[in-house]
Amino acid sequence: MNFFAIIGRVVLALFGETGRLALFTWSSVSHIVRPPFFGRLLGQQMMRIGYFSLPVVALTAFFTGGALALQIYYGGNKINSENIVATIVALGITRELGPVLGGLMVAGRVSAAIAAELGTMRVTEQIDALTTLSTNPFKYLVVPRLVAAVITLPLLVLIADIIGIMGGFVVGSASLHFNSGVYVTNTVNFLKATDVTNGLIKAAVFGFIIALMGCFHGFNSKGGAQGVGRATTNAVVTASILILASNYVMTSLLFAK
Amino acid sequence: MADKQQSGGETPKIELRNVTKRFGPKVVLDGLSLTVPRGKSLVVIGGSGTGKSVMLKCVLGILHPDKGDIFVDGENVLKMSAADREQTLRKFGMLFQGSALFDSLSVWQNVAFGLIQGRKMKRAQAKDIAYAKLAKVGLGPEVGVLYPAELSGGMQKRVALARAIASDPEIIFFDEPTTGLDPIMADVINDLIVASVKDLGATALSITHDMASARKIADEIAMIYKGKIIWKGPRAEIDSSGNDFVDQFIHGRADGPIKMEVLKP
Ligand SMILES: Nc1ncnc2c1ncn2[C@@H]1O[C@H](COP(=O)(O)OP(=O)(O)OP(=O)(O)O)[C@@H](O)[C@H]1O
Ligand SMILES: [Mg+2]
Repeated sequence: MNFFAIIGRVVLALFGETGRLALFTWSSVSHIVRPPFFGRLLGQQMMRIGYFSLPVVALTAFFTGGALALQIYYGGNKINSENIVATIVALGITRELGPVLGGLMVAGRVSAAIAAELGTMRVTEQIDALTTLSTNPFKYLVVPRLVAAVITLPLLVLIADIIGIMGGFVVGSASLHFNSGVYVTNTVNFLKATDVTNGLIKAAVFGFIIALMGCFHGFNSKGGAQGVGRATTNAVVTASILILASNYVMTSLLFAK
Repeated sequence: MADKQQSGGETPKIELRNVTKRFGPKVVLDGLSLTVPRGKSLVVIGGSGTGKSVMLKCVLGILHPDKGDIFVDGENVLKMSAADREQTLRKFGMLFQGSALFDSLSVWQNVAFGLIQGRKMKRAQAKDIAYAKLAKVGLGPEVGVLYPAELSGGMQKRVALARAIASDPEIIFFDEPTTGLDPIMADVINDLIVASVKDLGATALSITHDMASARKIADEIAMIYKGKIIWKGPRAEIDSSGNDFVDQFIHGRADGPIKMEVLKP
């Protein structure tokens, strides 16, 4: 095939996919505000997306906080490291690592699960069956997952922030022999409320991305088990990339002085 | 007026007019026209992959035809607002070819789904109706608490049938209700379909390859071939249709005008 034909085809496919995603996003969001609402399903999804992601997010945050403390200590000026480690751990966790690593971990868990579940429902015609039972698939399947993710991700990241800072504190006081009182004071003094809230805003956006990618790829999967597998992989990959890219944009908007 | 049907005599319950649907380069429905009279049972027969399921999905709005018009009770469903379309969909019940039961819900919740989620009925009341419909298709109360994965294929079909008739629809679509069942169970399902259609006074549009089933449940039979309806007539005339395609199909002969695309070694 002609080289330009290949390029053209790829570009067209990309535009097609972007257009479909835009339409999908619009349908999803417009159904959030229109009744009927499925409260019971929202609760169920908040449990599945939020509560069951706690262990994995907590462990990630704890070890990241610890490793961060060690790196700052090794790389920094050993003399006044006692001041620097606490502040940099707190800022690093709340502004970047808590939301981003938490988001990526939840993307791996939740985007994949959503895509696999909805993908299976698509290829076994269960989504079509919803339509014939007077139930809108967007309202019944997509909206509860989107809303649950947007609500629970900030909560998860708030917990990750606390545990991550604790990880740094444990390493600082146990293995680097810092004075724990000084560590806490430094953390509290240098951390501003906006550091935390901006991180939580990021988390809400990541939650939206995670659920949207899971639902979009699940809804558009076709062709049996293989198609569902492909949808699952694509959901995790696109969610992760969009999280990292949007994080860069939000950092440059939210933290610019 | 394009949005309304010309009403000469009684308006048919469903009418497809010149419906065309393609997937990529592949034309599946090619100007298909078909009418289903009110309160009658029409069976569409035809080979595998000729677009029978696609035709039903176009009427239900699951797929969107590229061309043509579809009328339900004289209203053009393709030109309706989304809200009107949802309202029209409430008239329908559908038995999917692969049953399409919700595997995360128990059997009774599957049957009651349209009542609880779609019509906002109280759970207790919907549950009673679900068990009554399950009894109608010959399934006892012990089945109600099982999950679809725990049922045999024939039981799944019956649950799907119970779900399709749970909200007492005006129009019921059956997509290959007897495929994959043993002959006795197939006949049980045929009886159930005839009985449900009669009880509800519903209009039925069914699809099948199974001639025994077609003869039992049909008032009229139509044959689809290459995306068009090539013959339609009363059930009694199926054996004397004078149409070579129909003859070949109902006698299941490999020789005839219908060529299967099989690669010879
Ligand atoms: N969503 C889809 N995307 C692409 N092609 C499709 C889709 N749905 C159906 N087709 C194609 O349309 C053709 C008709 O499919 P359909 O399911 O209507 O066949 P059928 O007449 O119901 O056959 P069977 O009796 O085997 O169920 C098939 O060739 C199929 O490959
Ligand atoms: Mg079919």
